Amino acid sequence: MADPVAVLGVGMHPWGKWGRSFVEYGVAAARAALADAGIEWKDVQFVAGGDTIRNGYPGYVAAATFAQALGWTGVDVTSTYGACATGAQAIDVARARILAGLCDVALVVGADTTPKGFFAPAGGDRPSDPDWLRFRLLGATNPIYFGLYARRRMEVFGATAEDFARVKVKNSRHGLANPNARYRKAVSLDEVMASPVVSDPLRLLDICATSDGGAAVVLTSMEFARRHAANPVTIAAVSTVTPCFPNTIIEMPNFSTDSAAAVAAPEVPFKDSIARRVYESAGVAPEDLDLAEVYDLSTALELDWYENIGIAKPGGAEKLLRDGETTLGGRIPVNASGGLACFGEAIPAQAISQLCELTWQLRGQAAGRQVEGARLGLAVNQGLFGHGSAVLAKR
Amino acid sequence: MAESKARVPAIEGWFRMDGSAPCLLGVRCRACGTVYFPRESFCRNPGCGHGELEETQLSRRGRLWSWTDNRYAPPPPFVAKQPFEPYTIAAVELGAEKMVVLGQVASGVDASAFRVGQEMELVLDALFEDDTNEYVIWKWRPVAA
Repeated sequence: MADPVAVLGVGMHPWGKWGRSFVEYGVAAARAALADAGIEWKDVQFVAGGDTIRNGYPGYVAAATFAQALGWTGVDVTSTYGACATGAQAIDVARARILAGLCDVALVVGADTTPKGFFAPAGGDRPSDPDWLRFRLLGATNPIYFGLYARRRMEVFGATAEDFARVKVKNSRHGLANPNARYRKAVSLDEVMASPVVSDPLRLLDICATSDGGAAVVLTSMEFARRHAANPVTIAAVSTVTPCFPNTIIEMPNFSTDSAAAVAAPEVPFKDSIARRVYESAGVAPEDLDLAEVYDLSTALELDWYENIGIAKPGGAEKLLRDGETTLGGRIPVNASGGLACFGEAIPAQAISQLCELTWQLRGQAAGRQVEGARLGLAVNQGLFGHGSAVLAKR
Repeated sequence: MAESKARVPAIEGWFRMDGSAPCLLGVRCRACGTVYFPRESFCRNPGCGHGELEETQLSRRGRLWSWTDNRYAPPPPFVAKQPFEPYTIAAVELGAEKMVVLGQVASGVDASAFRVGQEMELVLDALFEDDTNEYVIWKWRPVAA
């Protein structure tokens, strides 16, 4: 069991389609996190930046970009990329630096400016890049993969389009009071069902948008934190797992799964292994969770996550949702923040924003969406090309 | 005129251009037997890792794992017809290879009666065309009952 590190400060720039430089969002989030922590920029000894691949060279060297914008201080930097899991990787690098005793105060920042519409591959002809080829040869957008999982759920578990819509209805209500959410409007079942089909069975309101936004956290050693806060939120464990061969579930951006002809599929499938890693690291069980933030790229995927993180048995997610257990006030609220349904995706900021939400929840500061008495929260997501991401926060 | 256009693969070496019995071309590890599609240049089984790879033809039939469709034109590098025509994509599980392979569903096939587990077979069909060529790709279609 690894020692904890403290989450001394958190901050976000609101999600939206602002059309400004990602650096502005990152700097705003960083300044908010520093203020929340009650420390100065010059106190930061290490910056971990989550890269963005759609904003040119500054996006590939995000940590240095943010450090320069905040004012060079000679601070050490590392920039990381793991698709949607980018933020968790940045968090984990900062955490490891602190646990190794190499620094006491680290700033983690991720921000993105996104284009309108479907995510397209990065520019240029690259016929050896599977992310380019899946668009060229299949026309397989991200919602295509979400649609395959959703249809599979309907066929195997009897899920209905109304079940998927109920996830959106729930999350839209959760996000109403969240000042950082892009969409703050209650959506009805009928509105979801009346929205146009994008990738059958998924409709426009089942699929998350792409957003601009920025999120930052100040992580510190426990010793440093105790001098600044009485009872700080801590990170108990982080997961950055990859699949075990053979990975037999089709994943973005692949054309096929691994073959299980020679080696049997692993007992624990990849998506189940993501949260399991943090449970095992921290010695907790899914039953111990007070809330979870999961990556609802689509409404149907949120239901998959219930089972992947162990709060429902396979095929049990729809009942958990229908019984209101994952709604605020239920046994295990999921996406109290409003989730991607209310935020849209700002890739390198998203996993960091999940930790911001857990921190506000565990401090009792999540006004209008507070999970009462929350002590243990899980944030989980998955990035294409085999990136698992989970953060377990505790108070 | 469409008739005069040459039929060429949309990508070289991924499938056999055989009008009557097309199939995907992958590789198989001579040491552990794992199959890869698209081709790999090395065996990715961490318990093997040393095997020489040889070309192999994948099963032409499999079982439907799931399907969905695209109602809006994807961004480039996809070459969309004008006006855009929605298409279905199927994930098909190959029994011998124990792997799932994606492909568009052949144009004109109605997916409304699809069921997971039904038998599908591989065909060649047009992906897009330009002034001189029709570019073909593998697609899935239900095996006629």
